[in-house]
Amino acid sequence: MSEEKKITPAENGNEFNRRAFFVKLGLGSLSIAAAGTAAFSYQFLSPNVLYEPSPIVNAGRPENYAVDSVTLDVNSGIYLIHAQEGFFALSAICTHLGCLTAWKPELGEHGIIACPCHGSKFYVRDTGKTPGEKIEGPAPKPLPWLQTSLSDEGDLMVDRSKQIDPMKFLRV
Amino acid sequence: MAKTITNYFEELRGTRVWRSVFRSGTGSSPLHRALAVQQNVFLHLFSTKVRTRMLSFSTTWYLGTLTLGTFLILVGTGIPLMFYYHPSVPQAYADTKDLQFVVSSGLFLRNLHRWSAHAMVFLVFAHMFKVFYRGAYRPPREFNWVIGVILLLITLLLSYTGYLLPWDQLAFWAITVGSNIASAVPVMGNKVHFLMLGGNVVNANALLRFYVLHCMILPLVAILFVAIHFWRIRKDGGLYAHQSEPKTVAAQSVPAVTKGVPVQ
Repeated sequence: MSEEKKITPAENGNEFNRRAFFVKLGLGSLSIAAAGTAAFSYQFLSPNVLYEPSPIVNAGRPENYAVDSVTLDVNSGIYLIHAQEGFFALSAICTHLGCLTAWKPELGEHGIIACPCHGSKFYVRDTGKTPGEKIEGPAPKPLPWLQTSLSDEGDLMVDRSKQIDPMKFLRV
Repeated sequence: MAKTITNYFEELRGTRVWRSVFRSGTGSSPLHRALAVQQNVFLHLFSTKVRTRMLSFSTTWYLGTLTLGTFLILVGTGIPLMFYYHPSVPQAYADTKDLQFVVSSGLFLRNLHRWSAHAMVFLVFAHMFKVFYRGAYRPPREFNWVIGVILLLITLLLSYTGYLLPWDQLAFWAITVGSNIASAVPVMGNKVHFLMLGGNVVNANALLRFYVLHCMILPLVAILFVAIHFWRIRKDGGLYAHQSEPKTVAAQSVPAVTKGVPVQ
């Protein structure tokens, strides 16, 4: 056997020999399969249909809420507040870690919203302060204002999935 | 001649059936003792020989072994609890109460499971402090320290996922707070939160996901890493010795067999 015949294509400067080809083919197919599995797993684990309560809450008749009242609905996690300017809804879910806050009429000059978990406090009725604004505590954001509207039957509706700019009151 | 129990046992060890199961055979020479460890599927993870000093209480306070003990109790009590627990919103809380007040020994099993879980978290931390302050995490054992940190995380995740299962107020709010911490992950925080709970709020999907993680996925991963952890003790030269030998020797990865003495 002559010397030239022993030289493989790879050693000859041609890096494409059969073994390298099959290794690349195998690794390539496995990588594609792995990426596909990851995508498949992600899609599989993300539910397409959720059986969660509707974000839209019927809060009942507006006349049930007295002027200057703050009403907490613990089941839906919203405050319905009837201010002099009109109605508005605040989320009762603390912006820190999602605990349910509580209305404390006895605290502060005009009452405050306080979170039992880590002590965040929020203004509601203090003059010169936006309702929902943080007084103190670890909460990174104020309590969001939620979209309020009147249904065709005249009920107050609150959409928990839609946040609105503060100081937009619903006049009835 | 009267035979002692030991004689009978030696005879049993010599039978063909016994020898088909345990291949090391009769005798108690160092070789036989070493083979008994090496040829047993459970024991072969460990060194065939260890220093007797390494087995004394003061060396390790048995913290790793005690952690394994609590893990085994948790598996042993957790499986029976699964027979009476349905991971569904209408039933989970009632089943937990049934386990306490209706099922025979249910209260004992549930409390044993709960206290062992607390003990395991405590023991894992104690074990890590002991390893850290003895300096046993240093080369050649640095990778086993990493495995240990993974095991710490698995332990905490097991504890966390188990916390939701009673489906009471404490469970609900603890998981609400805990999963909101996951939302703080930059960029993909909300996706992580959504995938973790299988929804936007702690609900039926979250309960089922935590149940599967708690009873299936995390224990299997834990067993895998515990096996690696034990195997690495042998591969890294046995339990760490820190007074009996010069630092230069202690720092080298010497196979336990070449420097150990037989277990007495």
